[in-house]
Amino acid sequence: MKPIYTITAFSENHIGLLNRITIIFTRRQVNIETLTVSQSAIPGIHKFTIVVREDKDKVEKVVKQIEKQVEVLKAFYHPDEEIVHQEIALYKVPTDALLSSTTLEKTIRRHNARILEVMKEYTIIEKTGHKHETQELFDDLSKYGVLQFTRSGRVAVTKLNEELLTNYLKEIGYQENGNNK
Amino acid sequence: MSAKITGSHAVMRSLIEEGVDYIFGYPGGAIMPVYDSMMDYQKEIKHILTRHEQGAVHAAQGYARVSGKVGVCMATSGPGATNLITGIADAMIDSTPLVCITGQVVSPLLGTDAFQETDVVGISMPVTKWNYLVTKPEEIPWVIAQAFYIARTGRPGPVLIDISKDAQFGELEYSYTKCTSIRSYIPRPKIDPAKIDEAAKLINSAKKPYVLFGQGVILGNAEDEFRVFLEKSGTPAAWTILGVSALPSDHPQNMGMLGMHGNYATNIMNNRCDVLIAIGMRFDDRVTGTLSTYAKQAKVIHLEIDPAEVNKNVNADIAVIGDVKETLPLLTEKINKRDHTAWIQEFKDLYALEYEKVIQKDFFPEKEGLTMPEVIHRINERTRGNAIFITDVGQHQMFASRYCRFHKTRSFVTSGGLGTMGFGLPAAHGAKIGAPDREVVLFVGDGGMQMTIQELGTINQTEAAVKIVLMNNKYLGMVRQWQQLFFDKRYSETYLMNPDFITVAKGFGIPGKKVMARPELDAAIDEMLNYKGAYLLEVSIEKEDNVFPMVPTGSSVSDVILEPQVT
Repeated sequence: MKPIYTITAFSENHIGLLNRITIIFTRRQVNIETLTVSQSAIPGIHKFTIVVREDKDKVEKVVKQIEKQVEVLKAFYHPDEEIVHQEIALYKVPTDALLSSTTLEKTIRRHNARILEVMKEYTIIEKTGHKHETQELFDDLSKYGVLQFTRSGRVAVTKLNEELLTNYLKEIGYQENGNNK
Repeated sequence: MSAKITGSHAVMRSLIEEGVDYIFGYPGGAIMPVYDSMMDYQKEIKHILTRHEQGAVHAAQGYARVSGKVGVCMATSGPGATNLITGIADAMIDSTPLVCITGQVVSPLLGTDAFQETDVVGISMPVTKWNYLVTKPEEIPWVIAQAFYIARTGRPGPVLIDISKDAQFGELEYSYTKCTSIRSYIPRPKIDPAKIDEAAKLINSAKKPYVLFGQGVILGNAEDEFRVFLEKSGTPAAWTILGVSALPSDHPQNMGMLGMHGNYATNIMNNRCDVLIAIGMRFDDRVTGTLSTYAKQAKVIHLEIDPAEVNKNVNADIAVIGDVKETLPLLTEKINKRDHTAWIQEFKDLYALEYEKVIQKDFFPEKEGLTMPEVIHRINERTRGNAIFITDVGQHQMFASRYCRFHKTRSFVTSGGLGTMGFGLPAAHGAKIGAPDREVVLFVGDGGMQMTIQELGTINQTEAAVKIVLMNNKYLGMVRQWQQLFFDKRYSETYLMNPDFITVAKGFGIPGKKVMARPELDAAIDEMLNYKGAYLLEVSIEKEDNVFPMVPTGSSVSDVILEPQVT
């Protein structure tokens, strides 16, 4: 099985840029496992977090092509050891089934999950963690009949002592609102 | 505060600010406001009405490639815009600076499948360096400024601006500021002096260094810097199909062409050199042959402006990232003056073999029928390295790249990366517009000619003196050659029943002559070159002609075949 890499790309927040980035993966037949877009710590700069299962050599080439896009400031890639990452999952389960269970408390405790809402018909449970952890809870809840399940893409920050993007921005003399508009 | 003007006037004024003198285009519903405004700026900008949008974009490419300026083309929405796509893809892969402006339906109708609506920004995304959909008139000046800046800086490329009709009609307070930087975009990467030192050290210690140069030298306007570097290093050099004319053909260190139909020595030496110095080229598969056996014995130095090209196909031991205009002088300063006469002699010995086995027969064929290389050779002798040669795609293109001779840079325009048949005629037209004082000669086959033959009408209208040499072998010759060599002589769909080209050209108002036999050739060439306007010289060519040498796909460059095996 190919290794997992987390690609982070920092960019302007412009219409169409997501498309420009995803076609780079499509063209090289690299499947995107998860993708999350949000703002970054720096005002005005957006962050793409993209998880792929691919060899390092190919990931490196993809990252260079991402970086080549005019509106991308910088892109990086990391193996799992270099980052702290997290996903969130929501489970909608019939309340009846939960109430008749004797192991509900144990399950919630063991998985360190939270109950967000309890209605007559359904209960919503939330869990954050790595993919295999949210998957385990899904498997445990399956016996109650999971009505809906959703898992987010990965969010990640690096464990490195130096801030790669900040250093890079310093290097290029980045200014906020430096665009010719 | 300045008075308000319409978006369409702002388009024209912005183009004037960028120094545009020609627009190649075709009007239609969604771009009509701009075409209306165009009438008020006829003194500053001339519009050339092509007969098809593909003709417009290829003409803009030809114009850009010979002039070094940004080519501009214009089309309407929907089919007008989609007809540009082939040329945009061609410009993308050959790094040609273009600004393509397309009209778009009014913004409230976007996404409703309105008449002539196509998502051209979506379609063109993979084949543009940048693109943008303008829906507000006040965006026009800065988007055009940014488009020109992106198209011409760094590794150049095509940019597309799609402008909704309501943005063209709407008003804005116009002021224009040229774009000089974009915070997320670094056209000239910072040079790492350590890499220059490492590269110089390696070059100085090399016994058999070999320079491969590409279009990067031309795009960086670095021909002089390159020549100085080359002469100090004493290294033999070979060019990619887009690098040709960056170094004069008769330069003593110019060893010839790389690649599938390049020269014999220049291919083989990739696998005999000890240091490979790649300058502004991207190790295309047509240059390297199979990568697993390419230059494995050599240390590779790669001078390149686009970081994404480094280690893409061939791993670089030393990557010197930067504009070659800046990196070459730094490197020249650090290298020793060397003499590699004995090493160059090895190239010359192999060239002598190639001359005997291939070139001599190409130039002075014994068979009765006329051949493409002899026609090119004869024209070459007349133009003496001073003409601009344009080609279409196929066998004639390979012969022309091999045999055309040049003194000046920006003298060879061909569709290298994309291999676009139909490129030649409109590109030659654009080249003549971009370099009106130079002789422009097009080599085109009968197949490619018929893909954009309607552009004869445009040439007639502008009276551009394009000399068209149509080499007619009644076949799609390159495909036929592959069928002969690799598909067991099964000639599937390569025979063409052609029109009478001379009559067709005459119908378009362009005179011409057809040559059937060798004794008529020289006089006919003279007549064409002496004619003051556009002219069609059709030469009837032997159909069984093949291009050699050849590195078959999947083969190693050292297995280049010099002559056909007799079967």
